[in-house]
Amino acid sequence: MKQYLLSVVTPTGGEPPAPEELKAIMADVEAFHDELKAAGAWVFAGGLHAPETATVVQVTGGETVMTDGPFIEGKEYLGGICIVKAPDLDAALEWGRKAATAISLPIEVRSFVQD
Amino acid sequence: MDEPRVGAREVERVFRAEYGRAVSVLVGVFGDIDVAEEAVQDAFTVAVERWPATGLPPSPAGWIITTARNRAIDRLRREATRDERQAQAAALLAARAAEARDGEDEGAVRDDRLRLIFTCCHPSLGTGAQVALTLRLLGGLTTAEIARAFLVPEPTMAQRLVRAKNKIRQAGIPYRVPYESDLPDRLRAVLSVVYLIFNEGYAASSGDRLVREPLCTEAIRLGRLLVELMPDEPEALGLLALMLLSDSRRAARVSPGGGLVLLADQDRSRWDAALVAEGQELVRRCLRRGRPGPYQIQAAINAVHSDAPSAAATDWPQIVVLYDQLAAITPSPVVALHRAVAVAEVEGPAAGLALVDALGPELTGYHLSYAIRADLLRRLGRDTEAADAYEAALACTGNAAEQDFLRARNREARGGG
Repeated sequence: MKQYLLSVVTPTGGEPPAPEELKAIMADVEAFHDELKAAGAWVFAGGLHAPETATVVQVTGGETVMTDGPFIEGKEYLGGICIVKAPDLDAALEWGRKAATAISLPIEVRSFVQD
Repeated sequence: MDEPRVGAREVERVFRAEYGRAVSVLVGVFGDIDVAEEAVQDAFTVAVERWPATGLPPSPAGWIITTARNRAIDRLRREATRDERQAQAAALLAARAAEARDGEDEGAVRDDRLRLIFTCCHPSLGTGAQVALTLRLLGGLTTAEIARAFLVPEPTMAQRLVRAKNKIRQAGIPYRVPYESDLPDRLRAVLSVVYLIFNEGYAASSGDRLVREPLCTEAIRLGRLLVELMPDEPEALGLLALMLLSDSRRAARVSPGGGLVLLADQDRSRWDAALVAEGQELVRRCLRRGRPGPYQIQAAINAVHSDAPSAAATDWPQIVVLYDQLAAITPSPVVALHRAVAVAEVEGPAAGLALVDALGPELTGYHLSYAIRADLLRRLGRDTEAADAYEAALACTGNAAEQDFLRARNREARGGG
């Protein structure tokens, strides 16, 4: 069984959904998580705070430097992740399709390196 | 002593005919494309050495598959001696390979090739990668041949293939015929890869025709394979029919000077009668299924052209009906444009022009829409406007034969206006 990372591709500077809309999305996401667990495909899932809450830590020549904000600023940012177990890409893409339906955002599906 | 010799050309022929079959069986056994390709190439190296002396084995494909499998097992065992875990994996593979030997009936081989086609044309791969993999693994074309046909440097094509194979392995693209619910979409992807290969060869400009025409032959070979593997898919039949009917006109669509000859001006005695007959029979066969699709309808349109002994005798009303059907299934501005051409033949150029002018902005930059508009204007005697449209068309195509044709028409329009 392989493991896949489902990344929520969130547009930078997009309007957050209205409260009642958000509530509906959260219910759909909860249902998606329940489905993953029932299928034995669940590993982990979680939403992330906005990129401006991030801190970048770098160590150069033994010295630690901390920087405010995301390392790379782009048109999209990582809004949340979900890790699933799936036998192959087709199965992982099917989970990706369900996640994209629940969240109404594009989902990137990528496999973990395995030995 | 006088036994027929097996020369390099004979081995080459077997290679082209059987490479895809052998690779797909070996991928099925070992679960890895690189292992499979390497093993099959090893087997052909042995064949080049042995066959001239021993003669062709009774089943060259079976010989290649068995030899490749044994080579791959030897290699895996050798590499596994270092590591206990690898040794176990190799033992498992060898056992599976031995099992596979017993179950090697023609049906199983057929399924392997079908799996490989769906892997090569998986929607998670880019179109360029799908095309390259299909030609390499199923067509048995060398990387150099594919690179030449697509006018890219060989290292670029080699890298494209390596990346695609890495993605298959790393992302876990399955080696499997898709689930029933995914099959229509996935089949569409396979058919469009084969048709794209055909069109790359068919639309080739005069200068590089020689290196690109083999793509038509290869696409038709793949089309025949799809029909053999999926005899119940009418769209696979439709695609093959469409390619055969288009290909039947290959000799007639190029003038001795290398220029483009339009359908209406072609010498119909130069159409390949055998290809026309085969294509028309396939059109009848698939339409009987009563599950029309875009390839079947396009093939039917081509069959109507093939039926006509002269351009003037073409059953244009029938073609308009078929374009109406096509537009109902796959509405697109390109379909609407071709329908306008057929309408112009039935109701006159003014009616066709009205339809072309009513098309939306989606066709901006598409050379054929300007060329068709130019032709309709020319037939209406509006030469200055026609010349402007020919110039717009010229600015949008890089194909040398098409450019020559448009320049000639443009000169005529300017001269007459």
